[in-house]
Amino acid sequence: MTGEPIRTDVTIVGAGPCGLFAVFELGLLDLKCHLVDILDRPGGQCAELYPEKPIYDIPAVPVCTGQELTDQLMEQIKPFDPVFHFSQMAEKLERTDDGWRLTTDLGTVIESKVVVIAAGGGSFVPKKPPIKGIEAYEGQGDGSGVYYAVRRMEQFRGKRLVIAGGGDSALDWTVNLQPLAQSLTLVHRRDEFRAAPDTVNKMRALVAAGQMNLEIAQIGGLEGRDGRLEAVILKDRDGERRLECDALLAFYGLTMKLGPVAEFGLNLHENLIPVDTEKFETSTPGIFAIGDINWYPGKLKLILSGFHEAALMAQAAVRIVHPDRKIRFQYTTSSSDLQQKLGVA
Amino acid sequence: MKIIVTDREGGERELEATDGWRVMEIIRDAGLPISAECGGACACATCHVYVDPSWFARLEPRGEEENDMLDLAFEVQDNSRLSCQITMTPELDGLKVTLAPE
Repeated sequence: MTGEPIRTDVTIVGAGPCGLFAVFELGLLDLKCHLVDILDRPGGQCAELYPEKPIYDIPAVPVCTGQELTDQLMEQIKPFDPVFHFSQMAEKLERTDDGWRLTTDLGTVIESKVVVIAAGGGSFVPKKPPIKGIEAYEGQGDGSGVYYAVRRMEQFRGKRLVIAGGGDSALDWTVNLQPLAQSLTLVHRRDEFRAAPDTVNKMRALVAAGQMNLEIAQIGGLEGRDGRLEAVILKDRDGERRLECDALLAFYGLTMKLGPVAEFGLNLHENLIPVDTEKFETSTPGIFAIGDINWYPGKLKLILSGFHEAALMAQAAVRIVHPDRKIRFQYTTSSSDLQQKLGVA
Repeated sequence: MKIIVTDREGGERELEATDGWRVMEIIRDAGLPISAECGGACACATCHVYVDPSWFARLEPRGEEENDMLDLAFEVQDNSRLSCQITMTPELDGLKVTLAPE
């Protein structure tokens, strides 16, 4: 399902704060950007881990939340029309005649002279229960086995489902899949739920009506034969019990894994990408790394460090994309040229 | 001050502890495998530990937010805590914790 390649100046892997600010710095230098992110929205960790938590160390912003920082950055980069490719993972990076070709797991292909890896702690992927042999039940795709996301609801029609978790994903899918399933049991460690109260009420009404079950327990194990899941083992203070099912849908949030970036052929230092501190370029010319994912002596994993890295990276990137162009250093305060690009002149 | 940490293989390590540090920071900076992805914002549950039962009651109780986040952890027990939510004090000298599976 690989499509026609998209041509752009710079491909940015990761739409967290550093990837977003890179759009700004590159935009001032007339470079167009495409960004790829596994999440379905911009912000990276700011959006996924702490959208409502306060951040106090952004220069000149005494306090903002992760979501506010993301929203402000989106506003700031709007004049540069970045193109986002969300909900997909940068999977493969290959050299072309004049740069790089990046392919995502959804088949998006982007060609550019410069690639900026701003992937933070890596890709956000679902947390998997630490149960021995769980992999054997993953990816069966016929409504049986173990799932961490729902791509096609229809495959669960007529199945005996167990859903684990207490947040919005677990509760939303409980309410949405209940009408399709032959039976459905929600398993959660306590009789309190973080999910939206409205959805929790709907779930409780289904339980009261005898249309689904709620078990206050944890998943202690899986049982199956010949790769077919047959039951989950529920564990609580009183011991273990067996619950027969066709599928387990586990919703324990996301965790960060470096993922395919490790296969991009770059040098790595303890799962980080070493860069120089002049251009924040990796061991491979034309590929830069900024933000939490890079490493250099003295590195601090702060958003403000990533912003600085983005600015210096952009100066080097423009010299690769436009080797013949004379680069003028300008301030947004005084340059009518920059102000025009920002749409304020 | 010290804390005693049992890793996932059962090995026991005595770590130098500093007043005012979070237990997660002490474990992380000693190089033990605790991912602590959110950096101590009580937003991820990847610094989950079991506190030795003899110590558990001596800690400040779990906050509501911590209890919510433990929903994202596995094999949660009565003595489960997020180590980023335990601040070291002289009273906790000798605290014993075990890294939870991840």
